[in-house]
Amino acid sequence: MIKKEIRIELAKGLEARPVAVFVQVASQYDSSIFVEYRDKRVNAKSIMGMMSLGIAQGEKVVIAADGADEAEAVKGLEKYLTSKE
Amino acid sequence: MARTYVTLEEVAKKLDLTNLTPEIDLSQVKVYHRAINRPAFQLAGFYDYFDNKRIQVMGRAEDMYLQTLTPEERKERFEKMFSYEVPGIIIARGIQPDPEALELAHKHNVPVLSSKHTTALVIVEIIRWINQQLAPSETISGVLVDVFGEGILITGASGIGKSETAIELVKRGHRLVADDVIEILRVDEDVLFGRAPEITRHLVELRGIGVVDIKSLYGVESVREYSPIDMVINLEEWNGQLSYDRLGLNEEYQTILGVDLVKYTIPIRPGRNLAIIIETAAVNHRQKQMGYNAAQELCDRVSEEIRMRNREENQ
Repeated sequence: MIKKEIRIELAKGLEARPVAVFVQVASQYDSSIFVEYRDKRVNAKSIMGMMSLGIAQGEKVVIAADGADEAEAVKGLEKYLTSKE
Repeated sequence: MARTYVTLEEVAKKLDLTNLTPEIDLSQVKVYHRAINRPAFQLAGFYDYFDNKRIQVMGRAEDMYLQTLTPEERKERFEKMFSYEVPGIIIARGIQPDPEALELAHKHNVPVLSSKHTTALVIVEIIRWINQQLAPSETISGVLVDVFGEGILITGASGIGKSETAIELVKRGHRLVADDVIEILRVDEDVLFGRAPEITRHLVELRGIGVVDIKSLYGVESVREYSPIDMVINLEEWNGQLSYDRLGLNEEYQTILGVDLVKYTIPIRPGRNLAIIIETAAVNHRQKQMGYNAAQELCDRVSEEIRMRNREENQ
């Protein structure tokens, strides 16, 4: 299990379209992945769950991955979240 | 294969016309043109740009004009028009032509037909019907069903379950139009109609059972002769490598006969109830046409949430 705090750099924050891409990236990994934000904890592979967060640019989330490819998962998601697009 | 002509016999039957020149065999008269001409100018003697290959429709205006002429002049004018080998003349409003005119028509082998309807109605009906008959067409493989009034073309590889899905939809109260082979007509610039070839109409082939007749098994309410095609649902074997549309914000299209149809690709996996998925796609498509897009609504809500949050933080 790895946890990492990541600052969202995506220009528009996690709006609907970026969320859809994020979920797609997360779904490529076998590990179970969760996103922790404020007092919420949401499955990163759940599109409706991720939508419900409404995270703006500059805010921080914690990605928690658990499984065989957890390291790659966190790395991959960090890469997307910190891209400016 | 698209038709290139209709016969005057078909036109007469469709429009309920009376043949005033019964000695002429209408089934041999071919009409290649979709438009009609009103021959007022020609009867007045002006023949430049005369569309002589079109059906000529005469109404009250032509008749009133002809009444101002002497019988000799009338004969002369008709003789001239008939010499252009027009495919046929339709006289509206039940107006009776002179016996001499009919004689001339016979001599030049030009059929004269009569309609009891108004000229405008005759013209609209002829153009609409001929256009429909001569519409560009194509035959494609798939299943066409009418779901809540939306014409849905189900496509996908053979054996993926198109016919089974169609039967399940029929059992849920929807209507089958065609299975396996669908004849598609482009009846208007952006309107496609689909129907089954007569031979396979209302028959469905189910693997393991064979051919079943939907109309006789489930009744008239379970079938439809033809239907517009509003959208395409493509069934595809689930592929873990591919990502499927999760939001429905971006629409895919399939082009048939130059018309772009919205297309949804549905991944098939055991346990997915295809009939319900297709019903939902149909009503959702209808709702979009009515101006509400759920995916867009979600987008807006998320964006609004982010905006509110930014404002809070800036304060």
